[in-house]
Amino acid sequence: MAISAEYQPVIAAFQERFNAEVREFRGEVTLILSSEHNVEAAQALRDEFGFEMLIDITAVDYWLKSPERIHLNYQFYSISQNRLLRLRFPLQGNAPRVRTVETIYPGANWYEREVFDMFGITFEGHSDLRRIVLPYEWEGHPLRKDYPLGYEEVQFTFNADEIRVRKPHPRE
Amino acid sequence: MTDIREVSVDELRHLVSERAFSGETMLLNMGPQHPSTHGVLRLLLELDGEILVNCIPDIGFLHTGVEKTMESKTYQKAEVLTDRLDYMNPPGNNLVYCLAVEKLLDLDVPPRAQAIRVILAELTRISSHLLSLGTSALDLAAMSLFLYCMREREMILDIMELVSGQRMMTTYIRPGGVWRDVPAEFASLVNQFVSIMPRRIDEYEGMLTHNDLFLDRTRGIGVINTADCLRYGVTGPILRATGVAHDLRKVRPYSGYEQYDFVIPTQTEGDVYSRYLVRVEEMRQSVRIIDQALRLMPGGAVRSNNRKYVPPPRSELGVSMEALIHHFKLWTEGFDAPEGYVYTAIESPRGELGVYLEGDGGPKPYRVHFRTPSFAHLQIMPLVTRGHFVADTVGIIGSIDIVLGDADR
Repeated sequence: MAISAEYQPVIAAFQERFNAEVREFRGEVTLILSSEHNVEAAQALRDEFGFEMLIDITAVDYWLKSPERIHLNYQFYSISQNRLLRLRFPLQGNAPRVRTVETIYPGANWYEREVFDMFGITFEGHSDLRRIVLPYEWEGHPLRKDYPLGYEEVQFTFNADEIRVRKPHPRE
Repeated sequence: MTDIREVSVDELRHLVSERAFSGETMLLNMGPQHPSTHGVLRLLLELDGEILVNCIPDIGFLHTGVEKTMESKTYQKAEVLTDRLDYMNPPGNNLVYCLAVEKLLDLDVPPRAQAIRVILAELTRISSHLLSLGTSALDLAAMSLFLYCMREREMILDIMELVSGQRMMTTYIRPGGVWRDVPAEFASLVNQFVSIMPRRIDEYEGMLTHNDLFLDRTRGIGVINTADCLRYGVTGPILRATGVAHDLRKVRPYSGYEQYDFVIPTQTEGDVYSRYLVRVEEMRQSVRIIDQALRLMPGGAVRSNNRKYVPPPRSELGVSMEALIHHFKLWTEGFDAPEGYVYTAIESPRGELGVYLEGDGGPKPYRVHFRTPSFAHLQIMPLVTRGHFVADTVGIIGSIDIVLGDADR
């Protein structure tokens, strides 16, 4: 499926300004950008291209699959033109940092808190970066691929005692 | 067991006003076990006398890790978890997940299945609005309406039980169609509901719309304007109550909504009362859609014929070797979905319910993310409650119509 012509202005502008890579799948347009441009890109989308709403922020972890481990994913929506656009920012390393877009889309506040909670991405300049759904004292970031699903650890003879100490229930 | 840590006010310094530290205003916990928070929502209120200075929502008490769990299930099995998200709208959750899977696989859905999907989605919209109406009226001390709403909701749940065997967690809509065809009694039961419901909606309106006590508690309370709705990603009845006729069933039609004749109700005030009016009118429109969908419902198959993704009908298993192989393969190892990511959204009773689904070429979703309306809407609580009484907070929560399973996932 070819990309609809109405996306051409935004694609051309983003290729020129931010060197964006374009992907199309099932009619959905994704622009892949370097993460240092995220605030400027969001600003341009809101002010120049009429994307009034930031519908969703999420992330995907490509642990052991890609050197750019976590990809940050923004879904923008323009009510006036009825258009969806996705921006994707591949992030380097295990403890990535990006700037917050909360100043441009205030609704990003909770979504960034959720991504921080679940993926451990730090949003610089965020007004209230606390965990949102997990308890404050929780360790780790559950939606990362190296985080176990939570099955019980298997005890072998060589580590039975070590695991027994950690087990929550069968302790005499 | 980890020790429970006390959170001191200092950690919330950036959220409360300076007066909280001198003791001029009071910090008060509302919830998580407060009946009017419609679930397990904790609100930290900063109060000046009885006036709200600030309201800090705290969510996560109902977090079940659905997105993580779905990554370990096949596409078909993961669907069962979607029912538990927004437990007032299970067919809607099934529908949006199935639409995402179908988009990822490029799978067709027969017209009869689409009509059944629309009928069920609209029935749940009515049932969700009924519950929202009943409980928010109950919070504002109108007891009798709650009982009437529950009476009609029971009819809808009976229809759900008839088609799927379950009253709430239906998992009836499946990728590629629906589980099985609707039983013979379905049409007459839905027809009965359609003929009764408009009169019943008039009854509800008779109790509330011109009731002075209700007007006093709802007009000019919890006002939000269009600009703030857009900035905070607020959709659904809250956005429509500010005058924007935005409904995904019209702007990005799915499941054949473009065939049906209905209007998007709007109001202009953006307060609790406008949201109430929008929801009541939406119920009337849903009844219209159900009526049309039932009359126009085509015959034919209710599941896609693509056997690589959709299990064959039970009747074929005894006579066809291929059908048995497909059945076995699909229910043990599942199907491989292509690599790629899609986003689909539907208009749930609360607003835009979206799914981000990513496949990696294997039988399990690599990442599923739900963009839920309640999560986005809870964010505006500080904005809409500021300057109101504590008692009005209760009405505002009811009018925002949150479901905590939807917000916490």
